[in-house]
Amino acid sequence: MTTKSQALLNWIDERFPLTSTYKAHLSEYYAPKNFNFWYFFGSLALLVLVIQIVTGIFLVMHYKPDASLNASGIPVAFASVEYIMREVPGGWLIRYMHSTGASAFFIVVYLHMFRALLYGSYRKPRELLWIFGVLIFLCLMAEAFMGYLLPWGQMSFWGAQVIINLFSAIPVIGPDLSTVIRGDFVIGDATLNRFFALHVIAVPLVLLGLVAAHLIALHEVGSNNPDGVEIKKKKDANGVPLDGIPFHPYYTIKDIVGVGVFLFFFSIVVFFYPEGGGYFLEYNNFIPSDPLKTPPHIAPVWYFTPYYSVLRAVTYPLFGIDAKFWGVVAMGAAVVILFFLPWLDRSPVKSIRYRGPIYKIALAIFIVSFFVLGYLGVLDPTPGRTLAAQICSVLYFAFFLLMPWYTKIDKCKPEPERVTFK
Amino acid sequence: MSNRMIKTLKRLAAAALFAPALAFGAAASVHLDRAPVSTDPASLQHGAKLFVNYCLNCHSASFVRYNKLTEIGLSEDQIVDNLMFTGERVGDLMTIAMRPKESKSWFGATPPDLSLIARQRNSAAGSGADWIYTYLRQFYRDPSRPTGWNNLVFENVGMPHVLWQLQGEQVREGDTLKLVKPGLMTTQEYDKAVADLVSFLVWMGEPVAEKRHTIGIWVLVFLVVFTGLAYLLKKNYWKDIH
Repeated sequence: MTTKSQALLNWIDERFPLTSTYKAHLSEYYAPKNFNFWYFFGSLALLVLVIQIVTGIFLVMHYKPDASLNASGIPVAFASVEYIMREVPGGWLIRYMHSTGASAFFIVVYLHMFRALLYGSYRKPRELLWIFGVLIFLCLMAEAFMGYLLPWGQMSFWGAQVIINLFSAIPVIGPDLSTVIRGDFVIGDATLNRFFALHVIAVPLVLLGLVAAHLIALHEVGSNNPDGVEIKKKKDANGVPLDGIPFHPYYTIKDIVGVGVFLFFFSIVVFFYPEGGGYFLEYNNFIPSDPLKTPPHIAPVWYFTPYYSVLRAVTYPLFGIDAKFWGVVAMGAAVVILFFLPWLDRSPVKSIRYRGPIYKIALAIFIVSFFVLGYLGVLDPTPGRTLAAQICSVLYFAFFLLMPWYTKIDKCKPEPERVTFK
Repeated sequence: MSNRMIKTLKRLAAAALFAPALAFGAAASVHLDRAPVSTDPASLQHGAKLFVNYCLNCHSASFVRYNKLTEIGLSEDQIVDNLMFTGERVGDLMTIAMRPKESKSWFGATPPDLSLIARQRNSAAGSGADWIYTYLRQFYRDPSRPTGWNNLVFENVGMPHVLWQLQGEQVREGDTLKLVKPGLMTTQEYDKAVADLVSFLVWMGEPVAEKRHTIGIWVLVFLVVFTGLAYLLKKNYWKDIH
């Protein structure tokens, strides 16, 4: 480095920890060298977050959160989205990237969470890292739900109607709470405006803070790996983990390959299937919202359907309170239970590679139930489907609630001393 | 070559993405005929002509400007001379004079804006185009309805059979329709005219669709090259890691 640029760097370093931050988080952050396919989804989630923020900024420049009708009898908000699609140069691309990005976000985050289940990434000392992650997941759900109202189509309106009505099932405070959320006695302009504010500034701010906390916690404890062994236990004379390699350049370059593959599939959807078969953009949402016309079939977007199924599976009133309330409780519990995962798992090993057959079967049953719940959530309920949803909900919760016992009695294999590579 | 590539890619992606959607297909009650949707400018222009003559009196297309039709191969002069009748300017949106409230009292329901109709009518039973194509060919005489018309796809529809002079009159026999009074067109001619109209409605639902496909191919080609180079770079960097 030339002396001039070195002098500039020194000048900055005396005032801001530039070099030490770069070292701590990139060039001297040592990640295990045995990351596999599942380890791409963390950096991909970050990529999708950036896509959503950048496309979101451009959408806000043209979108109008206004529920009043224009001269043709179409809500201004709905019309402004079509204006973006048709008249804003490149608007269609920005909008499709944003709508596809919402689904992509959930795909990569679900896979990222599945990775944690596979390799025990939530176990000590990574409990807080996991908790920040679950909080990010919660924020993401709120963000997606509020964003879905903004195009002001039929599914925006009636989906929000169904979800906000859930809050009214809470005893005593419910009705007032749902009025506060709507800002009105019915979903209308007030609701649209506050959801816009929450979607565009409030939730993203919290989300960014949590992502920063998630990364800081990760870099404090170090990454887990497919073997579930701590690389920090074996260090060389310089204090560098023997199985660790600098995040930059090794993983920055590896992640670029992941980005390329991800963008390939992302672009197939954006350019050839932006509606995602009616799952990414529901067909009914091309109809402007009409408070007087209830669609025959209201289904939430695919990423909410597993939890929506849990909600609908509860059909018994308890203690004189409506079944709907207990459904809300069950749905909430299905997410909240994730927070306790680090303390429910009593296995002596972290990674599925060294776990016994019981955990493998339990995880397989859990994943199958999650998919079945998701599938049932897009369909209208029938007695048979409700029974299936009830069974799968019980299996979903059993995976967590029985974990302290089945992970203890499971026959595990001994963990290796060092990570296995190749 | 690129057309073939698009088709293969489409099939691959469709298989991966929509496997669950196939399971819903069985639930559909009405059989929809597959619409022969075309992107041929002659078809689209014929469809546009039918649209402004037969639809645009009651239905608006309020997201579409007249001069947008230059994208289907018409010049502004052609648009003004052949497709505009009430003194609008060529940059105006395809709105109508009838107010939504009034039309509701006249027809029982406001005729919907048709800008997005082909995208709205997508369902497990078939594409939006299939729905419209079937719908416009399945009107039949029904004296019990206020308009004198009913429809197999859309039962008790408020819309009369606007194209009856072209198609003629059909009556219902069980679940099928029989042509009892021929119109100005033969059945084949009428089906072709409806197909052109549907093609125009599909185009209008997303005028950018064709451009989107063209750009998409280049984006995918770029990403393949990019990912290939990135992979080589990765391999080179990682060769010392054992």
